[in-house]
Order: sequence, then C-alpha cells, then structure tokens
Amino acid sequence: MKFTEYLKYFLIGTGFGFILVKSEVVSWFRIQEMFRFDSIHMYGIIGLAILVGVISIQLIKRWNMKDAYGNPITIPPKDVSQVKRYIIGGSLFGLGWAMLGACPGPMFALLGSGLTVMIVPILAALAGTLAYGVLRERLPH
Amino acid sequence: MFEFLYEPWPWYVAGPIIGLLVPLLLFVGGKKFGFSSNLRHMCTACNISKANYFNYDWKEDGRWNLTMLIGTITGGFLGGYVFANPEPIQLAASTIEDLRALGIQDFMGLVPDDFFTWGALGSFPGILILTLGGFLVGFGARYAGGCTSGHAISGLSDLQLASLIAVIGFFIGGLIMTWLIYPIIV
Repeated sequence: MKFTEYLKYFLIGTGFGFILVKSEVVSWFRIQEMFRFDSIHMYGIIGLAILVGVISIQLIKRWNMKDAYGNPITIPPKDVSQVKRYIIGGSLFGLGWAMLGACPGPMFALLGSGLTVMIVPILAALAGTLAYGVLRERLPH
Repeated sequence: MFEFLYEPWPWYVAGPIIGLLVPLLLFVGGKKFGFSSNLRHMCTACNISKANYFNYDWKEDGRWNLTMLIGTITGGFLGGYVFANPEPIQLAASTIEDLRALGIQDFMGLVPDDFFTWGALGSFPGILILTLGGFLVGFGARYAGGCTSGHAISGLSDLQLASLIAVIGFFIGGLIMTWLIYPIIV
C-alpha cells in the first residue's frame, strides 16, 4: 500500500471518529436512551445512515459503477443460512453494547478523546475476539 | 464561525454523513465498511493463537481498516478533546430520571464518571461493565460476523437478511441488559 493509500483511509477514519463524537453515538448515555426508547436520536442516526447507504448501493448496482481502480464494485453477501450465529452472536453483542454503552468504533473514538480507561474494554474485546477464534469450531453457527 | 466544531451535531446531519461512508469506502478501494474486523486483525497481528480463525494475511486484508482505526482514534481526539463540547448531553428527561434512580450521579461528559474512570475499576459495577462489557462486544461481534457498522449500517444498506437477523439479536441482547440486568448489577 502506498502512502497516499494510508492517508486516504486515515482521513476517512478521522472523519468517522469525529462524527461519532459530534453525534454523541459514543455516549453511554445515548445508548441507554436508545434502549429505553426515550429519544429518536440514535434511531434517526442509524435509520438515515441506512437510508443513504441503501440508495447509494442501489445506484452503484444499477449503474454498474466501478471503484477508483476501475474494478467493478461487488459486495459479497453474508451467508444467511447461519441463522444461529446471527441470533446468538448478535444477542451477545447486544448485551455487551448496552452494558459498555459503546460498540467497537466508539471504544476507539472514546480512547482518542482522552478517556484512557477505554484501554480496559478494548483489551477485553480483544480477549473476546480471541475466545471466539479459539472456540469457533465448537459453537453453533 | 467555527462553533459547529464544538457543538453536538443533530441526528439528521450525522446520520446521512455516516451513511455516506458506505459508498465512499466502496468507491475509494472497493472496501466494505465494518469496524470490528479490526479486532480480528489485531489478534492475528499479535500472533497469540494457532486457531484457524487467525490464520490469514492480516496485512493484506486489514491494513486499510487498521489505518482507518488509527484515524478513528485521531477523530475522537479532535472531536472529544480539541473541539470538546463543554455542555452536558441534552438527554431525554425520562432517561435522566431513570438513570438517577439507578444511582448514576455524573451527567457532565460523554460517559458517566460513575463507571468510566480508573478508580471505578475498584467498584463491582465499574469492573464488570468495563471488562465483561468489552469482552461481550468483541466475542459477540465476531460471532455474529459484524458489529453496528458491518451489520446495522453496511449489511442493512445492502438489504442483507443475515444483517437484519443480527440487528434483531443486537436489540434482544441490548434490551435484556438495559431492562433486566442493569438494575441488578448497578
């Protein structure tokens, strides 16, 4: 990867982290508010993000658009037959998301905002990833 | 003129910008937006397990995403430190009331000091939230094959049924934690 490539993804990530903070998606309070159905805030953000995403992908597919390297844009579908993995894994993720009040992106954005204690849940999330990798063959998918 | 850098952005501004990340990443390099893959890349890069799941070329697959992660930390620094909003979050009154009833005392920042300080690691709810919460986020995201970005945003943007099932799972777990488990542990 060339320097300009790194720069490109670094800048996109910077924008992502900035907006995660400015939209307060990183806030434990906003996640509590969402799961208590007390405000449109998080639903509005996720809903509009999906709406913009759906329209973009439909246009990309309809017009057979290509990426910056001239390669056709294709999105590999997820294997929908693995229903157990999505329900069980998704529910475990949901338990963690509500407990910690942060999903993976926000954990790192919060660390950047100066909340050094986020190193603890980040290490714990890496331990969780490791545990999944080791146990994977024995878990229902 | 630059007040907007300090102020929180409304949901109807932030949502569409986050959604634009999906086509942006597809256009700049055919990449699919999904943050939690980075957790897998980091484990693989540390070479701590022989499991098949960590046997792949993490540099080839993950460099772009890990670079984005470093950017995300930088963006968090800009948004939450350099241009930090000095005001408390404008939460719904009913949420504040519920959280006060739970015993939360600090409403000033992005997260309550009640749980998110090094000192809070010495309290039962503090250490449980920071360690078990983080563990479940990592384990669950990789088990489900994606997190909020990969399933809720990317996957649903591509109208994938698998992602809809995963997001339903996110809410099953989230509602159980918020309504049934939090009142016990806090």
